[in-house]
This record gives sequence, structure tokens and C-alpha cells, in this order.
Amino acid sequence: MTTSTPTAASSSTASRWERFRDSYLLYSFKRDPIAQVSLAVFILLVAMALLAPWLAPMNPYDLAQIDILASELPPFWVDGSDPAYLMGTDAQGRDLLSTILYGLRVSLIIGFGAVAMQATLGVCFGLLAGYLGGRVDAFLMRMADIQLSFSTLMVAIVVGALFKAIFGGATFSTYAVPLLVLIIGLAEWPQYARTVRASVLAEKGKEYVDAARVMGLSSRRIMFRHILPNTLSPIFVISTVQVANAIISEAALSFLGLGMPETQPSLGSLIKSGFDYIQSGSWWITLIPGLVLVVLVLVINLLGDWLRDVLNPRLYKG
Amino acid sequence: MIAFLIKRLFHALLVMFVISVIAFAIQDNLGDPIQQMVGQSVPESERAALREELGLNDPFAVQYLRFAANAVQFDFGYSYVFNEPTTDVILRHLPATLELVAASTFLIIALSIPIGVYSAIRPRAWLSRFFMGVSIIGISIPVFLTAIVLIQLFAIGVSWSPFPADTGWGAWLNDLISTDGGMPAYGRGDPVPVFGTWETNFASLEGLTYLVLPAISLASIMLPLFIRLIRAEMLEVMQSEYVKFARAKGISLRRIYFLHALKNTMLPVITVGGVQIGTLVAYTILTETVFQWPGMGLMFLDAIERSDIPLIVTYLMIVGLIFVITNTLVDLIYGLVNPTVKLTGKPA
Amino acid sequence: MSLLEVNHLDVRFALRRGDVQALRDVCFSLDRGERLGIVGESGAGKSVAAFSLLNLIAKPGYIAGGSIAFDGQELIGLSDRALRRIRGHRISMIFQDPMMTLNPVLTIGEQMVECLKAHRRISTRDARAISLRKLEQVQIPSPEARLDQYPHELSGGMRQRVIIAIALLLDPDIIIADEPTTALDVTIQAEIMALLLELCEEHNVGLVLITHDLGVVSQVTQRMLVMYAGRVIEQGPTREIINDPQHPYTQGLLNALPQMATPGERLNQIPGSMPSLSHLPSGCAFHPRCGFVTRPDGSRRQACVDEVPAFVASGNCQAACHMVAEMIERERIPAEEQDS
Repeated sequence: MTTSTPTAASSSTASRWERFRDSYLLYSFKRDPIAQVSLAVFILLVAMALLAPWLAPMNPYDLAQIDILASELPPFWVDGSDPAYLMGTDAQGRDLLSTILYGLRVSLIIGFGAVAMQATLGVCFGLLAGYLGGRVDAFLMRMADIQLSFSTLMVAIVVGALFKAIFGGATFSTYAVPLLVLIIGLAEWPQYARTVRASVLAEKGKEYVDAARVMGLSSRRIMFRHILPNTLSPIFVISTVQVANAIISEAALSFLGLGMPETQPSLGSLIKSGFDYIQSGSWWITLIPGLVLVVLVLVINLLGDWLRDVLNPRLYKG
Repeated sequence: MIAFLIKRLFHALLVMFVISVIAFAIQDNLGDPIQQMVGQSVPESERAALREELGLNDPFAVQYLRFAANAVQFDFGYSYVFNEPTTDVILRHLPATLELVAASTFLIIALSIPIGVYSAIRPRAWLSRFFMGVSIIGISIPVFLTAIVLIQLFAIGVSWSPFPADTGWGAWLNDLISTDGGMPAYGRGDPVPVFGTWETNFASLEGLTYLVLPAISLASIMLPLFIRLIRAEMLEVMQSEYVKFARAKGISLRRIYFLHALKNTMLPVITVGGVQIGTLVAYTILTETVFQWPGMGLMFLDAIERSDIPLIVTYLMIVGLIFVITNTLVDLIYGLVNPTVKLTGKPA
Repeated sequence: MSLLEVNHLDVRFALRRGDVQALRDVCFSLDRGERLGIVGESGAGKSVAAFSLLNLIAKPGYIAGGSIAFDGQELIGLSDRALRRIRGHRISMIFQDPMMTLNPVLTIGEQMVECLKAHRRISTRDARAISLRKLEQVQIPSPEARLDQYPHELSGGMRQRVIIAIALLLDPDIIIADEPTTALDVTIQAEIMALLLELCEEHNVGLVLITHDLGVVSQVTQRMLVMYAGRVIEQGPTREIINDPQHPYTQGLLNALPQMATPGERLNQIPGSMPSLSHLPSGCAFHPRCGFVTRPDGSRRQACVDEVPAFVASGNCQAACHMVAEMIERERIPAEEQDS
């Protein structure tokens, strides 16, 4: 297949931007409408989340702004709606649109934070396992095997339940965001570790690594300066998919009551809080944030698919 | 083959050991059996005596060995909430979960193989594109949301009327996009007892209707993954030299697709997919919560809510055992299907 | 009329950035029992030529024009069903890498029996008996046991013997062998080649041998084609081409053989490398690498750059080269002058 950057061999005087402009990545992006739409929607959602305090009609965290009498109002196209609440209100009388915007923010922060966490853990363990080999490798990979065979969701639920039991419900709610980042990070690192290890093993046999070793460079320097850059393309591809997974994991934990509290809801806890009212006909509290969640995850997955097709890295299979 | 078996068995034992250490550490740090046994009113001196008597002051390793010895006999103590042996509680909830997983597995296998194979054989057909599009959407929908949407559509029902209802065609179209609801979406109904604590939903038509929505939601998480996996593997196999050679021999396409290609496709699918079927147990926690399906997942969540530590620990051990058993079974099946495994003890 | 006649065969690959022509105007024929070698560097199109005979080219590739007549029947445009009756039955193939050619999850017996059953109404028992006989013919030790073994239990050389046995199963008229020994150990190569030659002679089977090994071609085949960048550039009796190559490229290939080099000096190699099929040079595709574009007197032969050379006959051989054409012309004119 085509390599990711045919211009890699071009003269080093070409600026980074010029190289990007001529790259196959951009070329195939221009020819792929699905990737373009996905990126546009993704940027739009991220912008909406970042600008939530300015975009949202009200602040859902501010109890003073909540009118309990205005609870369970439907969105604007349904009879009985209030024009002040475009998407209706939830069971506590919060404006649903505002709550969704703030919830999107929480979901994205945890999604990206958790991926940063698992990537850090996974890349370090993967580099160690692949480069050092022997017992370290056997131990780390056996750990990864066990954890993966246990399913990442299960690990996340168990770790989440433990944290909740250790810290108590109130403390857990206060520090929910960093704790969820930690939980999902701990649950999903094996994905990275296995991929990084596989590409390290592939890179290790190559001549430039031998050359670096002959030149007397330290192991750490060889790993981070020479091997790591060559494993970036698979890491990049996994990361997109993992952000989507982390957002879903967070939503699942919140749905089970092991995630964000309802006072500071993510999309997942919004769906959970709405689920109690779906039987009484207030479907919008659940399904509108649900739709936002699905669109967010879908565009990330579509971008991930496109990246994988373009970069075509050697991913760890199985 | 013997060496292969021994190796697998050793691996399984190792995993169970790790799980039991984790489970015991949880119990040791979070559970306080004295509190549960005697309540608040007993003076501290008496508690200390009891603690000594129960061996709770012994070193970690000694206590672990005691725990492990009991665990081998499936004795994990009493549930705080139910006040009966935890294994009894689990056994009561196990059939519901296993039946749910079995029904989903059936759906996954029955649908993913034909769809995956079809979209590999005709990658450019519109139906294949449709399946691939649906499957990436499917991957992007969390399982509990699928469950909620299914409930809204088929249990509660939706009535849309974007078309003028007073015209014949408008009413017909409105009818077409609206659903009646009425599908059971809460609990198991009245399952038929088989023996002991095992009651089944498979024995009656009514029981099966209770199973439909939960099984579809649970299957929805793995089905797209399986379709994509089978398609990708099959596409790769179709490029192989042996498929080309089979064509050069003049073998019919049908035989090439369904014998030469499919058999090779299924090898990686068995390893990857088999493990995934095991992880379905984890997703039952979500589906069972939405549908109030009285299985282990719902029970586990309840135990977490009420800090029923012995029950949590037992659940972890049992689920760990289920994972280990499925993984070992998958490896065995792989070894039986793949002729290259037998000699070397290692997949080639 | 020959058993197999290929005329003006055009094969293209439909790539995203437009079609690439992999074979242009390829013509050759094969008589019953004749052995033909197709020689060239990798990428010259020899494997494409082999696979297009049975319309087995991989997906973006397609036959764009020309004709392939086998035993009086036109193969191009034939339905897959009709072609299937010829594949493996009247024309069979031997692939390059025996490690990849046999299906790893089916036994040798299954892979032989299915081939017989695809072409004949035959019981499994009879099919196994025939398979056994063929395995004996390719001199596999304990053939009976092999039938129930899987490919991975056999060595590469053994597997290639099995593949030859499969190719012979239905007593075909032609075997197309695509680099049948390249992937094997050097020690086994000669053995397998000798076996193939012996069996072809014994059963009067025609052979199309694709290879880059001129030594093998000279030992096994009676006639040969030399291909370069998707075209046939020289063809004729193998002996004559080997002894007296006309086309500069063929000369270069022969000169590049290690035994042609003076000991202690560098091997003779053709300067440059074969052009990519999507960016073929104008005129004769070989001209950028050719030492004869400039005439001995220093003048430049413009035709090499501008015109695609046509075949000219030189003895029993034909070469597509402007230089050869010019030389023949020059020899012919003095001869005519003498006559008059």
C-alpha cells in the first residue's frame, strides 16, 4: 500500500507545513467526504463544549437558576413546550440544552484525559516490555492478557466500585472527574501496551536501532528518541478509537451510578437520570443527550476508520 | 496436544490465582465480618477476642490460604444482605444471566457470519455498504442506550404523525413509522423451573418474548465488532495464494468461499471472538440494569450499592472463573480446528 | 493451428489514478507438448501474462483486449463457469511459493480429491486412488500417509511436489508454472525442475514456464519469450536466443549472468532499473538503459526515442528493436545490390 508520507524523503528544507500540504494524509482527506463531515461535526461539538459557559442559556450547576416548577418540559417541537427551554427541561427543571452542553464538556474532558492516562501507562509499559524483553515482558504482557480477557468494562466497573467503597460516595462525587480518568486509564492501558510492544519488536530488529546502540546511546534515549517516533502512527490510530471507547466507558459507568453525579452530569449520567422518567413519557431527557453522545462517538469512530485506512499501520491483532 | 492442554490449564490456574488475590485483598480491606456478625453494641474487648478467634489477626498470607482453601470448595461466606451463603445467592441469579448471554451469542453467531461473509465476497454491493454503515453506527451506540431506544420503540411505543393523518396514504405512512410497543421489557416474566434454582425462559413462547429485547441489546454491542472482524479476515484470506490456487484448480466459487476461505477466516475469529463472548458477561451488568433482568449483573450492582462485600467478592471469583473457562474452551476449540496447532503446541 | 494462441493481449490495472497497462500487445503460441519459457525481470509482466491466460488476474487487473484461443476456443469473454471447466482440467497451474499455495486447514487428500470432483463425476474412493497414483508419480515417499496429512507437515520441496501432482491430476494439455522453484532451497530447485521436465515429456504436456532464471529456461524449454515493461521484446527458439541474442536487453540479461563475468571483476549489470508501468518512457521502453541508442559512428538513433519498435525477423528469432532492424536492413541492401 501507499506509505503514509511519500514526502518523508524530500529535502529537509521543506517546512513542516509544506510537508503536511503535500502529504498523502491531506490528499486522501480531500477526497473523502465522510472524513470531512466527521471532522467538521467533531470540531463543532468540541467548540460547543468549550464555549458552553457562553453558549448555554443557563448554568446547570447554579442551583439558584433552576426552577423546579419548570421540570419535564418537552422540547420546542412538542406540544406543551416553553420557548425559554429549546430542548425542554429535565426532571429537576434544568434547561436540557445547557445541561447537555456542560455534559458534553465533562464527557470530552474525561474521554481525552482517560486516553492521555492510558496512553502514558500503555506506552511506557509497552516500550519497557518490547525493549527489555525477558521477564519484564512476560510479566507485563501476562498482566495485559489477564486484564483484557476480563474485559475492560468489567475492570472499569470493579475499580470504580472499589474507589467508591474506599472513598465513600460523597468524596467520590467531588473528585469524580480525575477518578474516572484514572479508572478508565487503568482499565484500558493494555491496548496501547500490546500495540507499542508489537511495533517496538518490529522496530528493534531494524538497523538504525543497532546503529544507535553501537554508538553507545543509553537504552532510555534509544527508546524515546529512536523507537517511539516510529511507533507513533499505530498509537495515533488507536488513540482515536480509544477516545470513543473512553467516552462510552464513562457513560456506562455514569449510567451505573459509578461515574459523574447528577449535580455535575456527563452525557452518561444525563441519560441515566432521564431513564427513570422514560416510562412516564419524558423521552427527551434520555434520548436527546443520547443522540449527542452517539453522534460524538460516531464521528470519532469514522475519523478513526479513515485514519486507519490511510496510515495503515501494523496494528496488534487479536 | 497433552502439552498444549497442560499449558492452558497452568495458565488458567495462574489467572484464577491473580483474581483470587485481588478478591481477597478487597475482602480483607473493605469487609468487616465482626461488624456484620455482632452489630454495633458489642464492646471493643469482645470484638478483639472474636477477631483473634476468627484468625483475622493472622498474617495476610495465612488468611489468604484460608480464603483460598474455602474458595476451592466454593465457600465464600455469607452475604450481608441476604444472610445466606453467597454461592447460593449467585446460583439463584446465574441461570438468568447465562440464558441472556446464550441468547445473545446465538444472535451474534447467526447474524455475523452470513453478513460478514457476504460483505467480504461483495465488498462493493450496496447491501455490504449498508451493513458496514450500520455496524459503525452500532459500535458507536452504548449498549444501555440501545436498550433504552428498544424500550421506547417496542415496549412503550412511538406514535409519529408527520404526514397528514386524515388522508389514506398519510395514515398509512404514519402507521408505518409508528410502533405499538407492548413488548415485555421488565424482568423475566414467569420462567419455567427446570431443576434446583434453574428456571428457564427458553421453555415457553411467553418466556422467549421476555428475552427478546434484552438479548438484542446485549448482542448489539458485539454484533458490529464480529461483522467487521469476519469481513476483514475474510477479505485478507480471499487475497491469499491458496484461494488463488483453488480457483486455478477450477473449484467452484461456492466451495472456495464457504470451505477454503471461511475455514481460514474462522480461525482468528474464534480466538478474538471467543474471548469477546466471555466479556458479554460484563455487559450483562448494563443490560440487566436497564431491563431489571434478575441476573448476576443486577445482583452485583445491588451488592455494590449495599456494600455487600462477600457477595461482591464471590461475584468477582465466579465471573473470573467464567472468563477463564471460556478462554480455555476457546483455545481448545482453536486447537481442534487448526491443524497446525497439534504438533507444536503453539499456533503457527 | 497451435494448441494455444495468444494474440495482441492487453491487460490493464484500473487504479484510482487511472489505468496502468501491465501487458501490451503480447503475442505467442504453444504447440501440443511444446515447452515455452517466459523470461524477464520482476515487474516485466510475465506473471500477469501467466495469470491472464485463465483470467485469474487479481481484482483491479482486467483483460482489455486481444485474444486467447485454446484448442480453437476463445477464452476471453468466456463465463466463469465455462472457464472453470478448463482451469485445473485442461490447463493447470503451479504457483511460486509452495508454502502459501496449499490451504493450511485442509488435508492434502481433500485438496486433491476436490479438484478431481470439480471436473469429473467420480467417487471419493476413486479420486483418492488417482491422487495416490499422482503422488507416486511425483516421487513422494509414503504417498498413502501424505493424503491425510496437512500441508504444514510437509517440507517446501514436498509441497511443491504435491502441487505438481495436483497440476497433473486431470492429465492437462498445458501446465503454466509461475517461477516454480524460486521459493525453494537451491539444492531442491534442480530436483523439482528435473521432475517437472520429466513428467511433461512423459505425458506430452505443454509447459509455459515463467522464470527469471535463464539457466533453467535454456535447459527446459524449446522456445522462449523475453519480456520487458509489459511487452515481448524478443522471441524464438531458446537455443538460438541464448547463443545469439539480438535485442540489447536480452544481451544485457545474458551478460549479467555471473558465469559471464571475468573472475575478479565486477559483474556486468544493465545500468538503471526497469521503469514503472505507469511512467513508461516514450518509444522503445528500454531506450534510457540501452547502450545502442547512439550508433557506432556517434549519431543518435532518434527512432528509439520516438517510435515503439516492431518485430523484425532475424533467422528463427524475432526482436523488437530499431537497432536490429537497421542492421538487417543494411545487410539486406548490399545483398540486393549484388543481385542486380
